[in-house]
Amino acid sequence: MTKRSGAEILVESLIQEGVEAIFGYQGGAVLPIFDAMHEKCPIQFILVRHEQAAAHAADGYARSTGKAGVCLATSGPGATNLVTGIATAYMDSIPIIALTGQVPTSMIGNDAFQEADIVGITRPITKHSYLVKETKDLARVVKEAFYIAQSGRPGPVLIDLPKDVSAGFAEHKPLREIEIRSYKPTYSGHIGQIKRAAKMIAESHQPVIYTGGGVISSGAAKELKVLVEKTGIPVTTTLMGLGGFPGDHPLSLGMPGMHGTKYANLAITESDLIIAIGARFDDRVTGKIDEFAPGAKIIHIDIDPTSISKNIQVDIPIVGDAKKILQELNKIVTAPKITAWTKKIKGWKKEHPLVYKQDGELKPQYVVEQICKITKGEAIVTTEVGQNQMWAAQYYLCREPRAFLSSGGLGTMGYGFPAAIGAQVGHPEKLVFDIAGDGSFQMNIQELATVVENELPVKIAILNNQYLGMVRQWQELFFNRRYAHTFLGAIPDFVKVAEAYGAVGMRITKPEEVVPALKEAIHTKKPVVMDFWIAQEENVFPMVPAGAALTQMIEGMA
Amino acid sequence: MKHTISVLVENRFGVLARVAGLFSGRGYNIDSLCVGETVDPSISRMTIVTHGDDRVIEQIEKQLNRLIDVIRVNDLTQEDHVERELVLIKVKAENEKRRDVMEIANIFRAKVVDVNPKTLTLEITGDEEKINAIIELLKPYNIKELVRTGKIAITRGE
Ligand SMILES: Cc1ncc(C[n+]2csc(CCOP(=O)(O)OP(=O)(O)O)c2C)c(N)n1
Ligand SMILES: [Mg+2]
Repeated sequence: MTKRSGAEILVESLIQEGVEAIFGYQGGAVLPIFDAMHEKCPIQFILVRHEQAAAHAADGYARSTGKAGVCLATSGPGATNLVTGIATAYMDSIPIIALTGQVPTSMIGNDAFQEADIVGITRPITKHSYLVKETKDLARVVKEAFYIAQSGRPGPVLIDLPKDVSAGFAEHKPLREIEIRSYKPTYSGHIGQIKRAAKMIAESHQPVIYTGGGVISSGAAKELKVLVEKTGIPVTTTLMGLGGFPGDHPLSLGMPGMHGTKYANLAITESDLIIAIGARFDDRVTGKIDEFAPGAKIIHIDIDPTSISKNIQVDIPIVGDAKKILQELNKIVTAPKITAWTKKIKGWKKEHPLVYKQDGELKPQYVVEQICKITKGEAIVTTEVGQNQMWAAQYYLCREPRAFLSSGGLGTMGYGFPAAIGAQVGHPEKLVFDIAGDGSFQMNIQELATVVENELPVKIAILNNQYLGMVRQWQELFFNRRYAHTFLGAIPDFVKVAEAYGAVGMRITKPEEVVPALKEAIHTKKPVVMDFWIAQEENVFPMVPAGAALTQMIEGMA
Repeated sequence: MKHTISVLVENRFGVLARVAGLFSGRGYNIDSLCVGETVDPSISRMTIVTHGDDRVIEQIEKQLNRLIDVIRVNDLTQEDHVERELVLIKVKAENEKRRDVMEIANIFRAKVVDVNPKTLTLEITGDEEKINAIIELLKPYNIKELVRTGKIAITRGE
């Protein structure tokens, strides 16, 4: 058998895994890998302008396509620049493969030039990681990494590649299958538990279904819809789960928690049964845990046993894949008698809708509503973090899974734009919007070069309030309006910035300009930066202050 | 409550760091930790003594299981098992004190593994109770150094 270089084995293994795109950046320790990809390589390589963006783009690719996203960075600073992106993917259980260069094996531990113990640094933020010590191990490691990243509860896997390993030679026979004796995720739910759950559902009077990212990652949106149609139970969807159930469905309650709808929070609080599916009772959802759904029994479906009874004691845990479990549940579930309950909820919806004042000023909520209307909720939307993210979640009624991409667990500013790049690469035909904040956008603004160079026509809608708006909102509410370092005075002229990079820039300052501008942006085949000058001190409501009970909602300024 | 958790792991580079990192990262306590190869050299056993309420222990077990390199987790506290620890104690033993220390050593079936004019070094194995008892008895004689292996444990029966 002829010997192949490690870099060639790596690239072939990636192709065999079905990798279509890699997001990354050059450097000394990865030269052999780039060289192996230089000619006749079917993998599209997207050269970003900062490695953080490579990780987020791989993440956006993964969230939008359901396949693992791949990023590549050199040793030392290249690898450490990936860290925020890896942590973001870890917190939201997104399968990405992070390939990092490393100094040659003989130099590891010597504080060599551009050496960083990236396996050590990322240990708590990866599902698993590898330091490859011999070229012959490469094919197996890649196969295992993709399997681990995409199975069970998905997550990022890092492969650290010393330069001599990728430059070295070994015999290569592609692996078809692998077996990891220590890793056997549970997929099928315990049938006895599923039966108990069906019984509990049938006997409930005030049930609520509470769904999260697990519905999206297991591909259970269809099964969820069947469950809802069979039982008539209303659904509240976390930030991570948006799109897993159509936001415009009559039984949709929108988001629960800190910036959830009042009716979702009321429904949870008064419920006698919560059916949690692929959600993990995050503190942003539960509010004060002791007062969370005091009268409710809880059924919890999750693939990760550690999520169950972590924050909240569960009555019927069902460990396994949401899709599989819902398929079984749907076979036996019967509708509970809940007409009085659904009527009550309808009343709440009418009484406490999401609202904002339309007073002639340009309102961010209006901008998001119009984006939703014009795209019919069929675009892929990414968000940054802050008020923009919450307005996007509240007013963009996402209808499809894998179409609303937001950093939920880590809350990473700067996520949305590179994630949009990943989504656009995965879906060249689709319209991709980044609903952005002026602060967040500046955290990865350099990626304008990437979208221009690669002709990725993403649309960036900056809800520009000249503030770190969400933090300013907390200062307004809880720190006596003392706006310490949240005013972003020296905001650049985003239109000129866009143009300088070769993208299209637009400025929108009045409500009546919104729709025409959006239409024009959508028609343009280029990347577009839309700078919406919104009302600067607009707040996100309702709001449950951190640590307060879900019923302690602030609904607006006095 | 104290729990003795037995963990079978892949005998591989970096596994100890993952287990230790899990405990420190999530704020769990490690009272002691022992690692060694099993009959199958590709598998190591870690014996971890930890404490916490039921909820914490349940999380520890689940989180350990979640590590890719962990093959099996067993909370031995739930089962009939034997626990042992080995301790080396260097204790001051001059003149007439030496006989006292020797006597205590005899009662506990401790071995004298090093002798010099000022100190005796004793080796004792036993369960926690026995070890604590001899340490308490030797304390008045001035323990110069104490080295404990941490607990290892094995289930009774087949
Ligand atoms: C990387 C990072 N740093 C800091 C924060 C804390 N933080 C949360 S929201 C926010 C303000 C975001 O400002 P902007 O992007 O303008 O969004 P807005 O809230 O104004 O819509 C900050 C600083 C964060 N989430 N991420
Ligand atoms: Mg802002």
